[in-house]
Amino acid sequence: MDAPTKTIKELSAEVVEEFAVFDQWLDKYEYIIDLGKSLPEILPSDKVDANLIAGCQSRVWLACRCENGRLWFTADSDAIITKGIISLLINVYDGQKAEEVAASDFGFIEEIGLKENLSPTRAGGLAAMILKIKTYAKEYAQG
Amino acid sequence: MDKKLAEIRKRVPALSLQVAGRDLVYLDNAATSQKPYSVLQMQTSLSEAASGNVHRAIHRLSVEATEAYEAGRAAVCRFINADSVILTSGATASLNLLAFCFAERYLGPGDKVLLTEAEHHSNLVPWQMACARKGAEVCFLPIDESGEPDLEVFARSLDSRVKLVALPHISNILGVVNPLEEMISIAHSRGIPVAVDGAQGIVHAKVDVQALDCDFYAFSGHKIYAPTGTGVLYGRRSLLEEMPPYMGGGDMVGHVSYGQTTYNELPLKFEAGTPNFTGAACFAPALTFASELREDAELQAYGRKITEYLMEALPTIDGLKLYGVPKDIGRKSGVFSMTIEGTHPSDLAQLLDQMGIAVRSGLMCAEPFVSKYSQTGMLRASLLPYNTMDEAEYFVQSLRRAVKMLR
Ligand SMILES: Cc1ncc(COP(=O)(O)O)c(C=O)c1O
Repeated sequence: MDAPTKTIKELSAEVVEEFAVFDQWLDKYEYIIDLGKSLPEILPSDKVDANLIAGCQSRVWLACRCENGRLWFTADSDAIITKGIISLLINVYDGQKAEEVAASDFGFIEEIGLKENLSPTRAGGLAAMILKIKTYAKEYAQG
Repeated sequence: MDKKLAEIRKRVPALSLQVAGRDLVYLDNAATSQKPYSVLQMQTSLSEAASGNVHRAIHRLSVEATEAYEAGRAAVCRFINADSVILTSGATASLNLLAFCFAERYLGPGDKVLLTEAEHHSNLVPWQMACARKGAEVCFLPIDESGEPDLEVFARSLDSRVKLVALPHISNILGVVNPLEEMISIAHSRGIPVAVDGAQGIVHAKVDVQALDCDFYAFSGHKIYAPTGTGVLYGRRSLLEEMPPYMGGGDMVGHVSYGQTTYNELPLKFEAGTPNFTGAACFAPALTFASELREDAELQAYGRKITEYLMEALPTIDGLKLYGVPKDIGRKSGVFSMTIEGTHPSDLAQLLDQMGIAVRSGLMCAEPFVSKYSQTGMLRASLLPYNTMDEAEYFVQSLRRAVKMLR
């Protein structure tokens, strides 16, 4: 797989811009749902309990492999909004260097106000997804 | 009618809230009700007033607290036509008290407690715990999507090992009024007592524990306009007298010596410790409000119309399946659970929230039953008499829109 041409910073700035276009949260959700629908299918071998993220109301699988120091993610969820959110994260972090992912503050998530517009259980799920990505990144950054 | 409803809604301040920039459409009443001013004001005035503890001191404040608490109890007794009730912190507390104390006195190895398949966890887990302790067994009366128990199967399930039937008056998923009169009379003909989880029943059905002839009836205050942390357990006196107390401590005692203790009379025998007396006092205004809405024939007829509308309109949404569809629609109360093909209930609830609508999604504290039908949970809308036809129509429209967005 080719490394992304843009940095985490550039990609997350794009997300923030993208979200600024919509003034209604419902439109933002429409966008997230589309992201969810377009998320590439997860490998069946990755859709296993070991890759389930605890703390989400719906089931979320997130797998990560590292090639030449870069992280590649595959994910799935039985809820489409959740899938869209994870897709949003993957679009920014897929193919980035493990050290850079580990060092990222995930600030764009704050900036788009996603957390406030999620139910507390979903917001907890979002936090769990971010933690999972960070944990993968730290593991591979050290290894 | 519109004017009358507007008046009623004005008395419940939360109903005028805005969510996501729109008027809130609150359809999660089966989880908890919104409280009228009369209740909120009593709560504040009791909290603002100096507090005395109940049943303790001779001084004025204590006497006033006791009077307010007992007035709350009296209001509950009138509401369900009971001679006395035990006040608790909620339906869950009532059912745990019942399961523990009933098991202590009446359950032994090999005995059975019969529940339905559609129990709320609060009327399931306490019985599992009690039966595990006593070497007894929990068994289940099958319930299908119609929500109606088969009375012949029920009668056949009542063998000599069954020591208690515990079932919901109205399941929080199915919203169907169970035929309690028939079931109680069948159980009693075999000498088996019946406990009713009335958490939803108290809200949607008229309850007269003496006419019903049930042995126990449990419910929460917060679902029927009273504050959280209030609950009721009605029990047949002859059974309660036989049962040992639940918790020990203040108020439940007769005489205490270092060696042993005698217990207070009913209901205080089961009310150890300082109760939530400010909360319980609010049963008086809460149940006055509930009675007012219930006794208004026009409002009741309007509520029936909304139920009929939803039962007709919801199934027109492609792939929607309703749970709790009784042959006689008169048995359906304002609780509507559904699954919709190709959509996840939490996605639906999230989008509806953005449209200003509060509904419940998930396993709804009834995991075994929901899992039987669905991998991912259900979506539930539930009404109280303060809900309007406009809200019901807006819900159906919005649901249709949400489904379209998700597919
Ligand atoms: C049928 C039923 N039983 C029991 C309960 C438990 O009530 P609470 O949580 O107020 O104790 C509920 C509330 O959700 C219910 O719907």
